[in-house]
Amino acid sequence: MTWTLFHKLGSPKWFYEISSRWLPGLACAAVLLLVTGTVWGLVFAPEDYQQGNSFRIIYIHVPAAFLAQSGYIFLAVAGLISLVWKMKLADVALQAAAPVGAWMTVLALVTGSIWGKPTWGTWWVWDARLTSMLILLFLYFGVIALGQAITNRDSAAKACSVLALVGVVNIPIIKYSVEWWNTLHQPATFTLTRKPAMPAEMWLPLLIMVVGFYCFFAVVVLMRMRLAVLQRESRTAWVKAEIERTMPKRTLR
Amino acid sequence: MNPARKRRLIVVLLIVVGVAIAVALALSALRQNINLFYTPSQIVAGEAPIDTRIRAGGMVERGSLKRSQDSLQVSFVVSDGVQHVTISYHGILPDLFREGQGIVALGKLNPAGVLVADQVLAKHDENYMPPEVTKAMQDSGMYKQFEDQKER
Repeated sequence: MTWTLFHKLGSPKWFYEISSRWLPGLACAAVLLLVTGTVWGLVFAPEDYQQGNSFRIIYIHVPAAFLAQSGYIFLAVAGLISLVWKMKLADVALQAAAPVGAWMTVLALVTGSIWGKPTWGTWWVWDARLTSMLILLFLYFGVIALGQAITNRDSAAKACSVLALVGVVNIPIIKYSVEWWNTLHQPATFTLTRKPAMPAEMWLPLLIMVVGFYCFFAVVVLMRMRLAVLQRESRTAWVKAEIERTMPKRTLR
Repeated sequence: MNPARKRRLIVVLLIVVGVAIAVALALSALRQNINLFYTPSQIVAGEAPIDTRIRAGGMVERGSLKRSQDSLQVSFVVSDGVQHVTISYHGILPDLFREGQGIVALGKLNPAGVLVADQVLAKHDENYMPPEVTKAMQDSGMYKQFEDQKER
């Protein structure tokens, strides 16, 4: 097994070095994909036969909803690593990703609501998909609040990890809510088994947006993690050297 | 993996599995309450309570929409392919409302089995298509087949 790589990734110094090599590429990809996807989706993609132009909000709504759920799975995996292997970097990742995931959930809920008004005739309805998504937002809030409220770093990490892990039960509920119950929200347009219920000139820009959102998420989380690592390790020699290198004029307090 | 980590991993996985089972049991107990709407079959079978606000969902039957000449009063029939329920509604219908479209209506069931709705929501399906494709399908007669497939 490649446990060595896994443990190496747990070292803050090694993470800081390797992430500085990943960041520029990821950031370029994110900007490129998001700009291409937005322009293609909002301007060039054909309109829908029933909804007209209002369907274009899908190009924001669907990627945001994907990221809201993937982000929570990321929290749960980080929580598992933090609990089992006591890896501090996993705890940093969990804290860094939680607010980003929460914003994605807010974006998905708001865009869905804006789309729901003209299409369904209502801003909000307590159906299983919408409600489970709202619960996801509250789970994110819970993780963020727990992390902020507990001053002891180790107990905060433990509490957040447990909540992130337990809350992951909600993810399959969100995914299958449209199949298990009668909901107003339509079932998934994209599945792994069937061909998409949408022509290629509509789903290609959507795919670009989804990949772009993933890159954006990675960039933001990596940047937040790097900052947190610098703060946590501020007493070590390598951080002092790094700050000396990037900001030679400043003196460390 | 060393034994301490293995033990922690097992404990964590047990907690997650336990919570998942608890949630699954709770959700299956609440099954009926989580459904957003009753289907026409459920209403005809008497599963829906009379004189309380319920939601009914189904496809609007083709040719069943009747509009009043001098008011916003409309009535139409929804079906799930097996049973039919008549819905009467006074107000403006959403943009996506049309015959063959899925809808959800909120209202009270009267003793005659007619749902008197105070809100009608259109349910969108997972199919997206450019209008040109719809037109081409209509011209070639494929569209009717597509609509029939959706209704099934």
